[in-house]
Amino acid sequence: MTATVRPRTPAAMRKRRRLYIVLTGLTMLGMAAALVLTALEDNIVFFHSPSDIQAKAIASGQHFRMGGLVKEGSIKKAENGLVTNFVVTDLGHAVKVSYRGILPDLFREGQGVIAEGSLNPERVFVAREVLAKHDENYMPPEIAEALKKSGKWKHATGEDGKN
Amino acid sequence: MIVEIGHFAMILALCVAVAQSIMPMIGAARNNRAWMAVASPTATAQLGLLTIAFLALTFAYVTSDFSVQNVAENSNSLKPMIYKISGVWGNHEGSMLLWVLILALFGAIVAGFGRNLPPGLKSRTLAVQAMISVGFLLFMVLTSNPFDRLVPAPLDGKGLNPLLQDPGLALHPPILYAGYVGFSISFSFAVAALIEGKVDAAWARWVRPWALLAWLFLTAGIALGSWWAYYELGWGGWWYWDPVENASFMPWLVGTALLHSAVVVEKRDALKSWTILLAIITFSLSLIGTFLVRSGVLTSVHAFATDPDRGVFILGLLVIAIGGSLALYAWRAPMLQSGGLFQPISREGGLVFNNLLLTTAAATVLLGTLYPLFLEAFDGDKVSVGPPFFNATFIPLMVPLVVALGIGPLLPWKRADLAGALGRLKMAFLLAGMVALITAYLTWGKTVFGALGIGLAVWLGASALLELGERVGVGRVAFAEVLKRAAGLPRAAWGMTVAHFGLAITVAGITGAGLWQIESIQIMKPGDKVNVSSYEFVFDGADRIRGPNYVAERGNFTVKDGGRILTVLQPERRQYLVSGQDTTEAAILTTAMYDLYAVLGEPNGQGGWTTRLFYKPLVPWLWIGSVVMVMGGLVSLTDRRLRIGAPSRKLRVGAAARAPAE
Repeated sequence: MTATVRPRTPAAMRKRRRLYIVLTGLTMLGMAAALVLTALEDNIVFFHSPSDIQAKAIASGQHFRMGGLVKEGSIKKAENGLVTNFVVTDLGHAVKVSYRGILPDLFREGQGVIAEGSLNPERVFVAREVLAKHDENYMPPEIAEALKKSGKWKHATGEDGKN
Repeated sequence: MIVEIGHFAMILALCVAVAQSIMPMIGAARNNRAWMAVASPTATAQLGLLTIAFLALTFAYVTSDFSVQNVAENSNSLKPMIYKISGVWGNHEGSMLLWVLILALFGAIVAGFGRNLPPGLKSRTLAVQAMISVGFLLFMVLTSNPFDRLVPAPLDGKGLNPLLQDPGLALHPPILYAGYVGFSISFSFAVAALIEGKVDAAWARWVRPWALLAWLFLTAGIALGSWWAYYELGWGGWWYWDPVENASFMPWLVGTALLHSAVVVEKRDALKSWTILLAIITFSLSLIGTFLVRSGVLTSVHAFATDPDRGVFILGLLVIAIGGSLALYAWRAPMLQSGGLFQPISREGGLVFNNLLLTTAAATVLLGTLYPLFLEAFDGDKVSVGPPFFNATFIPLMVPLVVALGIGPLLPWKRADLAGALGRLKMAFLLAGMVALITAYLTWGKTVFGALGIGLAVWLGASALLELGERVGVGRVAFAEVLKRAAGLPRAAWGMTVAHFGLAITVAGITGAGLWQIESIQIMKPGDKVNVSSYEFVFDGADRIRGPNYVAERGNFTVKDGGRILTVLQPERRQYLVSGQDTTEAAILTTAMYDLYAVLGEPNGQGGWTTRLFYKPLVPWLWIGSVVMVMGGLVSLTDRRLRIGAPSRKLRVGAAARAPAE
């Protein structure tokens, strides 16, 4: 509105403004890219099936996710019931798991489970977290695949696969 | 019979939507009034038909008609009435029906209240809106029909997942969907404007209330969902950076950017093509969210049983909608005339900064959400990207945003004096510094980020109040005059201050919840005592109770603060009779400053129980802050200029948008 005396034409100023915006935008994207790359390096968690653990000789202390079925008859309580020990299997191989705390509601023998944690020197998977699923008929894709890989996948797990 | 009527109404709605998407578009291109006039009645008819379909499905649920497959799978005759009704949208097919119903509702509101819109823009907007309808109705008719019959009909249904039998979750999907789908209106307006090749202040004034309304619902929906997860899942957290949570959070981030850039279009006629792009991206992210939730491509704690074929269909829709609108944008956006000029340091500059940070943050969230998919496709490695990744990328982007948020509102349009603005915020800075130091002292030995977070929250809250105080002349004019000015301040200004203040409260809540919680897991026998922070939990044993469709064990914890009894917390472990599924019901004492949270675990067979007790400082602030933000949005929505509109192109906001209390 106010016609202040500026040496530049509106078109030039517009270009300049656009340049500023683009430069700030690029700086931010660069920052974000740097953040993302460092974060991805440190913070992604790999998924390994019990067979992978056997095959890849994963070092103890390395943080990862593991999943499969809770082996029938394997759930044992320790320390007065505060610690739960169980075995997770992809029907090919099995891994002992130990978890301290309250298990999710849908945790039970024969059901799929995903645990996050690391192996201790005795090759027991110490879970920091055991993930809950909302639906008892639901099979996490990782587990389904782990079962398929070990050749033990039965297609009768879901109710009818429709819902 | 009624179910068949509903089925028929749904198919008819599809036909109407096809007509609505084609005729007004051609009419607008040829400037044929009669063809353009098709838009409004078809939009209303579509709403009517989908309402019939929705009511028919609700009827099937209420009367427990188990010959309908959807009802048989998701309902049960024992269920309380409210959950029979909420069961309608507690499953895939029903929730898609709700999705299109809300879509049609928004379309009909534009048709009904948009009498003053230029006919070309209105008919094109409604046509675009109908195209989205067509896509989703086709999806329903072909892959997820809620009206499918089941022969023979079972005697009773399987029941709704007990976790979903909760008042919070009865409300969460409709509100969240209203938010997701609400952004379809700004999308349709943006696409219509691209076709017209004209974006001006009147356009922005038209779009902003819709974006604001959608933002309100989305904010409320996300907060409600987070609250539900917090008290229902019994894991004590409130945000997990789960793909499904991210799916609702990404449109929120970009939608927030859209709200702010629309202000610049309206006031200064600048950033037009950027605003259009944001409108397109916001709704695209809503669609991606629907895809992620409904296709089951990502492992998620929210993953209900899903079907990959549906995913492929939604993916196709996604490609057409997003690809088409972006291609249109690439073709038409360069023709939009650039408007007002501004210096980098100005109100506009501040809003650009806000936009860049919000969209960058949304991009990092998107990347983190989709990264496992990419890696699996290229490397075959299975990974999960969890909270550590998001905390490491998202928070560093939000810190400068919150700092700038304190300053931005004090900058005038066009060009500003940063040093002057900072000088005016001296008090906020000092206060934030002082509170941060006190926090550091009180939480000595814990992480330094606590002091930082609280300092930021105080900075934001104080500068929002200072800006308001300065506007109404606190300390400069007499008190009566201050009140007069405060009353005369535009509602949008009030809305901004309130919403920013709400964010400040939420930031404090996030800090407290994220950094200072104390958790204690142990075995307790009746009579055992555990201290969590300064609170003593006495376990008085557990008893068995019976609910309408479940049995439960209920623990009794007497909570004392220095000998004084605060409350008795009664967490439950429920077993639902129909599904046999167990759920954990946490018991929570909420006070102004903290939550005490108790979960009852399994009995150990020797008279003891696993118990999990939390002291969660500032957690209530998360939701108080969200409520305040929503209130800010509501206040802003009642702004006079949004009701009256520009002199040339008039505007009215839907009746729902007017504050009833006025």
